[in-house]
Amino acid sequence: MDASEPRGWRRRLGRAGSRRDGVRRPAAKRRGPSEGARGAAACPKKGAVTDLLAARWLFGLSLAFHIVFAAIGVAMPLLMVLAEWRWRRTGVPAYLELAKRWAKGTAILFAVGAVSGTVISFELGLLWPRFMELAGPIIGMPFSLEGFAFFAEAIFLGIYLYGWGKVSAAAHLASGAVVAASGAASAFFVTLANAWMNVPAGFALEAGRPVDVRPFVAMFPPGWGHEVVHVLLSCYVATGFAVAGIHALALRRDPANAFHRGALRIALGVGAVAALLQPASGDFSARHVAATQPVKLAALEGQFETERGAPLRLGGVPDEEARETRYALELPRALSLLAFHDPDAEVKGLSAFPRDTWPNVRNVHLAFQVMVALGSALAAASAVHLFLRLRRREPPRWFLGAIVLLAPAGFVALEAGWLVTEWGRQPFTIRDVMRTSEAVTPVGNLLLPLVAFGLLYVFLTVVVVVLLGRQIAHAPTAAEAARVEARP
Amino acid sequence: MTPAELLAGALLAALVLYVLLGGADFGGGVWDLLASGPRKAEQRGLVEQAIGPIWEANHVWLILAVVLLFTGFPAAFAAISIDLFVPLVLFLLGIVLRGAAFTFRTYDRPEPSVRVRWGLLFSISSVIAPLVLGAVVGTLASGRLRADARGADPLAWLSPFPLAVGLLAAALFAFLAATYLAVEAEGALREDFRRRAIGAGIAVFLAALLAAALSAREAPLVFAGLTRRGFSLPLHLATAAAALTAFGALLRRRVRLARAAAAAQAALIVLGWGASQHPYLVVPDVTLASAAAPRATLVPVLWALAAGAVLLFPALYLLFRVFKGERPFSVVDRGR
Repeated sequence: MDASEPRGWRRRLGRAGSRRDGVRRPAAKRRGPSEGARGAAACPKKGAVTDLLAARWLFGLSLAFHIVFAAIGVAMPLLMVLAEWRWRRTGVPAYLELAKRWAKGTAILFAVGAVSGTVISFELGLLWPRFMELAGPIIGMPFSLEGFAFFAEAIFLGIYLYGWGKVSAAAHLASGAVVAASGAASAFFVTLANAWMNVPAGFALEAGRPVDVRPFVAMFPPGWGHEVVHVLLSCYVATGFAVAGIHALALRRDPANAFHRGALRIALGVGAVAALLQPASGDFSARHVAATQPVKLAALEGQFETERGAPLRLGGVPDEEARETRYALELPRALSLLAFHDPDAEVKGLSAFPRDTWPNVRNVHLAFQVMVALGSALAAASAVHLFLRLRRREPPRWFLGAIVLLAPAGFVALEAGWLVTEWGRQPFTIRDVMRTSEAVTPVGNLLLPLVAFGLLYVFLTVVVVVLLGRQIAHAPTAAEAARVEARP
Repeated sequence: MTPAELLAGALLAALVLYVLLGGADFGGGVWDLLASGPRKAEQRGLVEQAIGPIWEANHVWLILAVVLLFTGFPAAFAAISIDLFVPLVLFLLGIVLRGAAFTFRTYDRPEPSVRVRWGLLFSISSVIAPLVLGAVVGTLASGRLRADARGADPLAWLSPFPLAVGLLAAALFAFLAATYLAVEAEGALREDFRRRAIGAGIAVFLAALLAAALSAREAPLVFAGLTRRGFSLPLHLATAAAALTAFGALLRRRVRLARAAAAAQAALIVLGWGASQHPYLVVPDVTLASAAAPRATLVPVLWALAAGAVLLFPALYLLFRVFKGERPFSVVDRGR
């Protein structure tokens, strides 16, 4: 995908008339801010291609790293508040212990999320200055509001983490609730900006500058709801199952441990509810993508030819040259049914679109398969969990084992889903408005910061894993948990 | 006042608050690095205790400034990101390592050797980040980022004036931190930080003098702002009054007054930079008017800022009230 990208620069924006979503995009006036520079890009130099690739790798790496901490920052405060709330309701000391330990983990993860998020906000300009020059005024509103949500998160997390005994019990719990709510609000606002990149709205272009900007139309572009819901749920699924996996492992060794039992119940409860809602949200998303982003739908389903009654392909490897998806298990008419709720509906294939507007079909399709497969497994496990809870049965050993195996699945699915939406929008940064190759910085030698940040992320990952591992290793044993219970 | 000027004012206010709050957190790192004498461990302990609950909130002022810049003045954001790529990457590395090392030190094993290792990373990155941030500001003001066919000189930030501004920023942050810490410490530890504040104040004075002298040659707009614009004399008088009050109060052991005066001095320095550079965002090519977003963006963002401020400031007060005692911002030194 990357090597082929500059080829298409000449034909960009040629098809703006064929929109169905009613967003105004005057075709003739659209000129990127770097009109002059593009003449020189007609025969892209090798260095330029490498720098574009390095910029994409660096930004992708930074986001792939940050997104884990961001998702934890959304969901972990909810878990810790639920634990503290259960302690206040039941008086069982194991829940207080749990709230304190989860808070410690949250402190480490939130700090790394805060600084890696700072990197992202600067990298938007450092790597994609032309994108931000165009998009800044249009999508600045959600980013500004996200700034205030982040303030609330940081302020009240400070009070929550360091305020045990300094503020009243009710104020402490309320601080935690504000952290959980503002974490979700941050994710909400940031996802709105991404939704706009997928379906840009609320502006027109004149001589490469945005005119007629309507910030609140841009803030809620068509389809914002489905993307926001899907992203928020994914945070709770991923974090809930990751935390549940850790405590399930401990319970397999120490089945009577009240501390881990309580932890598993809360984490799996949050994860399971979200994981059962997620397939519905995914269906909602897919239908919207089918209507507004047909190229992306065709790529993620590996659909090359336009056809009525299109099959749903499970697995398989798309071949862009041969224009077919091999080795897939095909369910007849299922794609038409899922995407348009009509088994005979026409699904546009990639061939209906110019070759230079295709994303990397193989990557998008495979990432989508990974996301759907893991999401389905998580939903199935969630159903079992709810069944057991309704029957008031303790989780059997085999189920604990399954939860341990599924611990990373939520995060892998989350990363895969993020790749689907980002890879699926390529070769555009702003769909049909600005190509990634036009957004990139003219600064060269981007391999150097790529290596530097790569090493930094490896270092931070190792340290976080070691520190969290130590926290987990020092969790109370059943005997200690019992002693905590016995304390007056 | 146009909406663009109002938003530029909000941006400058966010930067002032970042210097007063986030800057002091970096200054805390400086004193961690320079901890010495019989109360070395206590000094480091106080720094850790003082910034632990608040550094993340203080850091958000920087994020807010970045967001306001790309929302309100997108062309300036693009120009700055391209022209100052290298120092901004170094600044980011400093920010990440500072925050991560500080947190890791809190939650890693409490053995001295482990704590010293994280402390070293925390404090060294706390020194590097302000140096680079100051150099970035100095370069923006210097007028060396002229956009021509070849693009701006990528090493412009390594000239004497930007580096002098870097020194000024590091000294100023250390000065702020020492005066804040003198309020929070007691007894002999307060004396330690009071003496450090006096030393850092002298360093601020010398660095400011150096930067001013270099600006005559390297940053004409700043030099003009320092010497012959309408606001020059009142600004100098106010800054001098704040600086003298801070010194006097430190000498007379009135630490709360000294803290307020030091904060006023730092705020005036940042405001003086903004006033000198007005109406340029990047001297000499990018102005408020040339970089401003459409009015349709600026006005709603200003309203959003106003609404956000109504929620933010009470929450911030609560944070400082919980962790900095009953009178978190008071000026009066009672019962001494």
